[in-house]
Amino acid sequence: MDALVHFLPQVWFVILALFLFLYVMLDGFDLGVGILSLTTSDESRRSLLMTSLGNIWDANETWLVLVGGALFGAFPLAYATILNALYIPIFMMIFGLIFRAVAFEFREHSDRKFLWNLAFGAGSFLAALGQGFALGSVIEGIAVDEAGHFNGSPWDWLDWRSILVSLTLIQGYVLIGSTYLILKTEGELQKTHYRTAKLAVATTVLGALLITITTPIFYQVARARLFSPPLLYVFALIPILAMLLVWMLVRSLNRQEEATPLVWTILLFLLNFLGLGLIIFPYIIPNHITIYQAAASPSALVFMLIFVGFLIPIMLFYNIYNYVVFRGKVAGDAHG
Amino acid sequence: MDLLSNTVALSRMQFALTAIFHMLWPVLTTGMAIYLVIVEGMWLKTRNPNYYHHARFWAKLYILNFGVGVASGLPMEFQFGTNWAPLSEAVGDFFGSILGFEGAMAFMLEAGFLGIMMFGWGRVHPVIHYLATIMVAFGANLSTFWILVANSWLQTPEGGELVNGKFIVTDYLQAIANPFMVKSVLHMFFATLETSLFVIGGISAWYILKNHHQTFFSQSLKIVLVVAIAVTPLQIYIGHLSAEQVAHYQPTKLAAMEAKWETSPAGKPADWSLLALPDEAGQRNRWEVVIPNGLGYILEFRKNLSLPVRGLKEWAPGDRPPMVALIYYSFRVMSAIGFFLAGLMLWSAWRWLLGGLAAERIAQQRWLLRAWVFAAPLGYIAVEAGWIVRCVGRQPWTLYGQIRTVDAASRIPASNVLTSLTLFALVYSVLLVSALYFGSRIIQQGPNLHLPCPGLDNQPAIATQPAAFVPDQRPLEAQQ
Ligand code: HDD
Ligand code: HEM
Ligand code: HEM
Repeated sequence: MDALVHFLPQVWFVILALFLFLYVMLDGFDLGVGILSLTTSDESRRSLLMTSLGNIWDANETWLVLVGGALFGAFPLAYATILNALYIPIFMMIFGLIFRAVAFEFREHSDRKFLWNLAFGAGSFLAALGQGFALGSVIEGIAVDEAGHFNGSPWDWLDWRSILVSLTLIQGYVLIGSTYLILKTEGELQKTHYRTAKLAVATTVLGALLITITTPIFYQVARARLFSPPLLYVFALIPILAMLLVWMLVRSLNRQEEATPLVWTILLFLLNFLGLGLIIFPYIIPNHITIYQAAASPSALVFMLIFVGFLIPIMLFYNIYNYVVFRGKVAGDAHG
Repeated sequence: MDLLSNTVALSRMQFALTAIFHMLWPVLTTGMAIYLVIVEGMWLKTRNPNYYHHARFWAKLYILNFGVGVASGLPMEFQFGTNWAPLSEAVGDFFGSILGFEGAMAFMLEAGFLGIMMFGWGRVHPVIHYLATIMVAFGANLSTFWILVANSWLQTPEGGELVNGKFIVTDYLQAIANPFMVKSVLHMFFATLETSLFVIGGISAWYILKNHHQTFFSQSLKIVLVVAIAVTPLQIYIGHLSAEQVAHYQPTKLAAMEAKWETSPAGKPADWSLLALPDEAGQRNRWEVVIPNGLGYILEFRKNLSLPVRGLKEWAPGDRPPMVALIYYSFRVMSAIGFFLAGLMLWSAWRWLLGGLAAERIAQQRWLLRAWVFAAPLGYIAVEAGWIVRCVGRQPWTLYGQIRTVDAASRIPASNVLTSLTLFALVYSVLLVSALYFGSRIIQQGPNLHLPCPGLDNQPAIATQPAAFVPDQRPLEAQQ
């Protein structure tokens, strides 16, 4: 029984991490494409960008709904406390996603496309910004009382470190969005995104470096964990691997390869994600609440595992099928 | 108590606003998905291109609603944490799990196949396309199921008990199969279907009245009619069963639904109030039109009540629902619409029997068609009214009998909630107006009857060559 009390929350931590990673990767390129659409004034180009997402944006966003549902069901305390503390960034994200979601349909029918273009681009930006703030402040830790309830102030989430995390996340989204577009487009449009991808590599790496350097300096607990022996080697490995991946990514961009930039970017995301997960584990609200404290009762975790767990491969299967059906370039001759 | 600085009141208003707005869209997408399954199936069976064009035309309205449904669904998912944190923590074990199932089973299914359903024509074999359509419909209705499991459980929380402010579930299946579950799910399922049927029927009638594509739209009107013959009476019956279960489990709600202040004892008949002006301060109805001895017939199909029906005065004002008039009239509006739609169905079926709906004669049934156009928005009104009865009638409880709404709300600065509430009101107004505007445009453009049908025989199971996209807006096959 005791083993179960530890094991089940760990399983759910991993499932939650999986959902979150899928979300960040998939809606990441989605939002990235949205942010990139702000930089183009050419209407048919923007149409292409949006077409490349038309059939998948909804499924991508649904991973966020799953993150919410899994967090709520498996770690109710964390769901309540985090969302309560991050009221403003969460609603920033929600309004951003609302604008974006309706833009797909409304733009199609509208004569004043300008408005919905703005809704699409700015909505994507706002959503990414809110997510960045949320991520930043969760990493920093949220003020809670002994019962684990939020007792900080409503603006706690805003400081220079969460701004740094947010800007870096946006750069990351632009990077993965650019590499996605390299895969999905041809000709001029593709060339443009080789350029934006290179730019985004530089800014993302810069942001990631700053975060990596400042984190141990400012967070004692993180420092203690990072520099204790077994993890030290892992953490020493991560930057090395990351450098390697960045180098591969830049090389593939220079060689104008089509699919590999996206692959390297995804691996880079994965690596960062693993690093982050290792720093945070076993906390779910760093330094205050562990996954064991926040977890629902074991019976609830089993109950959810039965219904959700076996669906994971099925969900992955038909999501992949969706990508297979719509594979290939979106560009027609006019942009070839 | 100043409203603008009352976090609980503002959170309630925000939840009510976002739920009422969200509800407008799923009603159509879940119901219409079933209609799309019907017409696409008829196309596959008969190969009559008209049915294909029905599938394509109505899908345009479908996807418009779907977009707003997703956009307004997201805030619902996160509001439990932002505005109802104590509730989320207390009931997360069960309620959160159910929302998780809804996401994994229902939304993912819906979203995963929607792309193929909307843009996959010509990319996959029609049979696979049909499977995708079925999956979308199945996913949507599964989401109705799970969300109503969650909501019914808030109405009749069973399967465990509240220990130190946390609901400990002992029997999950019992919690899922809580007393309200079956009938509420059915009532909602038929509500989405009925609303969609009358929207489709109303729009079809409008075209026939305007002399556009008469034969084409008399087809959809007839499909709708066939289904409505079964749905409208059933819905009244399930509504009646819902009222019975409310009487049994939530006597405060029933008393508010009937604006009943005094208790009626068992073994005697009691009057049923048809119209009234409830006066909450005075704990009475200012004036009232009653049907003598009606209550027993309505609740139990007989004259004398077998159990007493308790009046609101039996509870302290803090233990019974506020806004009695709202609950009372919402219930009457919903029921009246239920009977009106059933009546309209009977009238149309009678005309059909007399041959009045044949393609040459249908346009002459002007009053009947006008009644259908009038009926198009009624389903929405009934649905919103039904939810008001259900949610406002549950007050002052959020988890009926266990957690009060005041204790369920997050303690956040009122100014934050006021800001988000104001933004929701503004943004949702823009979305509503835009959706209505674009929807009416789609209707004005009408169906494109020249769209070539995908072949059934020469289509590979999955296209091996990626289809060429045109640079304009959407893939060719989706442009219609
Ligand atoms: C009729 C049944 C019904 C009811 C009562 C509700 N919903 Fe809903 N919801 C749906 C039926 C639906 C749907 C038909 O499945 C939608 C509409 C469009 C869509 O994509 O799915 C949807 C969308 C939708 C989404 C977006 C899903 C996605 O990204 O695909 C979320 C997060 C919610 N809803 C959450 C809620 C919550 C928390 C509710 C309760 C307060 C709620 N819904 C009431
Ligand atoms: C099926 C999922 C639903 C769930 C789980 C749900 C749950 C809730 C919760 C938690 C509240 C806030 C707490 C409270 O005031 O008790 C609430 C209030 C409310 N909801 Fe629902 N609701 C659902 C669907 C809906 C829908 C679809 C509508 C409207 C169309 C609706 C209308 C309302 C209204 C009007 C209130 C405010 C009641 C008041 O505070 O007086 N609900 N509901
Ligand atoms: C004579 C006809 C009807 C009766 C007697 C009736 C009765 C009821 C009752 C008693 C409730 C409250 C259930 C509760 O609080 O637990 C309810 C809820 C509701 N009603 Fe009706 N109803 C009727 C017709 C309709 C129609 C025509 C629609 C829509 C097309 C509709 C849609 C709803 C919805 C959406 C709810 C809330 C969700 C639910 O309980 O499933 N009703 N109805």
